[in-house]
Amino acid sequence: MSHNHPVYIDNDPQNETTTLNLGPTHPATHGVFQNVLEMDGERIVSGVSTIGYIHRAFEKIAEHRPFYQITPLTDRMNYCSSPINNMGWHMTVEKLLDIKIPKRVDYMRVIVMELARISDHLICNGILGVDTGAFSGFLYLMEEREHIYEVYEEICGARLTTNIGRIGGFERDFNDIAFAKIRKFLKNFPPILKQFETLFNRNRIFIDRTSGIAAVDPETALNYSWSGPILRATGVDYDVRVNEPYSSYEDFDFEIPVGTTGDVYDRFIVRNEEMWQSLRIIEQALQKIEKEPKGVFHADVPEFYLPPKEEVYNNMEALIYHFKIVMGEIDVPKKEVYHAVEGGNGELGFYLVSDGGRSPYRLHFRRPSFINYQMYAPMSKGMLLSDAILNMSSLNVIAGELDA
Amino acid sequence: MDKLNNQAVLRKITARFGEQITIPTEPAGLLTFETSKENILGVLGFLKEDNELQFNYLTDITGIHYPEQTLPIGVVYHIHSLINNVRIRIKVFLEADKPAIPSATKLWEGANWMERETYDFFGIIFEGHPNLVRILNVDDMTVFPMRKEYPLEDPNRVDKKDYFFGR
Repeated sequence: MSHNHPVYIDNDPQNETTTLNLGPTHPATHGVFQNVLEMDGERIVSGVSTIGYIHRAFEKIAEHRPFYQITPLTDRMNYCSSPINNMGWHMTVEKLLDIKIPKRVDYMRVIVMELARISDHLICNGILGVDTGAFSGFLYLMEEREHIYEVYEEICGARLTTNIGRIGGFERDFNDIAFAKIRKFLKNFPPILKQFETLFNRNRIFIDRTSGIAAVDPETALNYSWSGPILRATGVDYDVRVNEPYSSYEDFDFEIPVGTTGDVYDRFIVRNEEMWQSLRIIEQALQKIEKEPKGVFHADVPEFYLPPKEEVYNNMEALIYHFKIVMGEIDVPKKEVYHAVEGGNGELGFYLVSDGGRSPYRLHFRRPSFINYQMYAPMSKGMLLSDAILNMSSLNVIAGELDA
Repeated sequence: MDKLNNQAVLRKITARFGEQITIPTEPAGLLTFETSKENILGVLGFLKEDNELQFNYLTDITGIHYPEQTLPIGVVYHIHSLINNVRIRIKVFLEADKPAIPSATKLWEGANWMERETYDFFGIIFEGHPNLVRILNVDDMTVFPMRKEYPLEDPNRVDKKDYFFGR
C-alpha cells in the first residue's frame, strides 16, 4: 500500500488495485445497492454508489392520483415501518386541509407508529448481529416482529404494506383483540429485548467488531444532513417527535437517547434504547386512550373521510360524499405544506403543493435513507470491506426508500 | 433568548438583503420567500453563518415546474435551524431554457445528491456541483421526467388500447 507509507515508494505490480462490484444483488447488502469499489487487498481505496435500481417514479404517479390513493405508494418506501409513512402522509394532507384530529385518534396513531418503529429497529439491529456473525439474536427478535405484524393485521388486515388508516383517522376502531395483542406484546417483548441486549451490549466480540467502526462526528453528520438514530448516535439530540411534535407527541414522557462517537456500536445502542422508549410511549398511550371517549376513531370530516359502504347504500348524504370524494369534486385549499415525521431512519418529510385539484400539483418525499446514504461511499474510504458491510447494515438504508 | 419567530427571521434577512427577498408568505406557519439565482448562495450562506439565526441544517432541495409562468422552473430549499427550531423555505425561479443556479454543495455536503436528484428530474443545472449526473434514472435518458410536459405514461403504447379492455 504505497499511499500509506510516504517514505517507501512501492513499484510492485502486485499492489495495483482491484475493482469490486459490491451488489446490486450481493447477499450482504440486504437490498438492491450497488457500490463499485476500488480495492487494495481488503481495504477500500474509493467507491461509487449507484442507486435507482428500484426507482418507481412515485412523485410522478402521485401527481395523477387523488390524495387517498397516494397512501399505498408511501407503503412501499420504507417497507420495514410502513405505518409511519402512511400516517406521515395522512398528517400532511390534514395539515393542508386544516383538519383537527381527536386526541384518541392521535394516541391510536402513536401506538401504531411506535410499534412500527420497534419493528424497524428490530430488523436493523437483528441484521447487524447477523453481519457480525451472531445469528441467534436475529431469530429471537424476528418472532417479536411477527407479533407486531399480527397487531397490524388486526387493525387493517395487512402485514407489510399496510395502507393503515385514512385521511382523518382510521377506517375502523381497534377491536378488543387488537388491544389484547398490543398488551400481550408489551408484556412479552421486554424480556426478549433484554435477552437480546444481554447477548450483545457487553459482548467482547461484538464490541471489538463494531466499536470505532465508521465513527462520525456531529459536524460531519449535520453537514451531510443526516437524521434519525444515526445522527443521534453522533450526539445530536434532533428528533422530530420532540422538535416539532405531531400527533400529540407532546403529551408523552420519553427521552431521546444519544450516543457519543457515532460509530456502529453507538448506533446499535441508540436503536435499542429507542425501542425501550417506544415501549414507554405505547404504555402511556394505552392509558391515555382509556380516558378518551370510546368509539372515536376518525375526525368528523365527511367531505374527506370515505363513509362506510353500508351508509353509502342506505344514506343519501353518505352517497353524495362518497361520490364527491371518489370523483375529486371537493375544494382543496391552494397551499403548500411541509410536514415531517420521525421515521425509522430519520426525518421523513412530505412537501406537498396543492393547486386546488384532486391530486397534488407536486409532491416531494424527503426520504431519510436517500440523504443518509450519500455519505456511505466517501466514508468507506480506507475502511476494510467487512467493516463497510457493517456500516451499511447500521445505516439501515432501505432500498425502497432510497429510490422511491 | 426568546424563541426566534418567523417575523424576526424575516426582519433580519430583509435588513441584510432588502429588495432581493420577495413575496414573503407563511403557508401553514412556515416562512417562505423568493429570491434570485444571483443571491441564493449569499442568502443561504448568511442564514447558515449568522450567529443568531444559525440555519445549520439543510433539510431538502427539490424542484417544481409551473409551465405557464415566465420563469417556469423553481428550485425549493427547506432549511432548518436546529438551535432555534425554526424552518424556512426559499424558492428561486429560473428560465425554461437551460435553467442554471449555483450549487449549494459548498455550504452543505448533503446538497450533493439532493441537487443530483433535482437535476435528474427537472434538468436544473447546478453550477459548481462536483458530479452532476443522473442519479435515479438511467444514464441515457434524454428527458427530465418531472416536468409537466411529460405524461405519466407513453401515449403511443399499443398494449393499453381501450378495446383490449372492452371499453
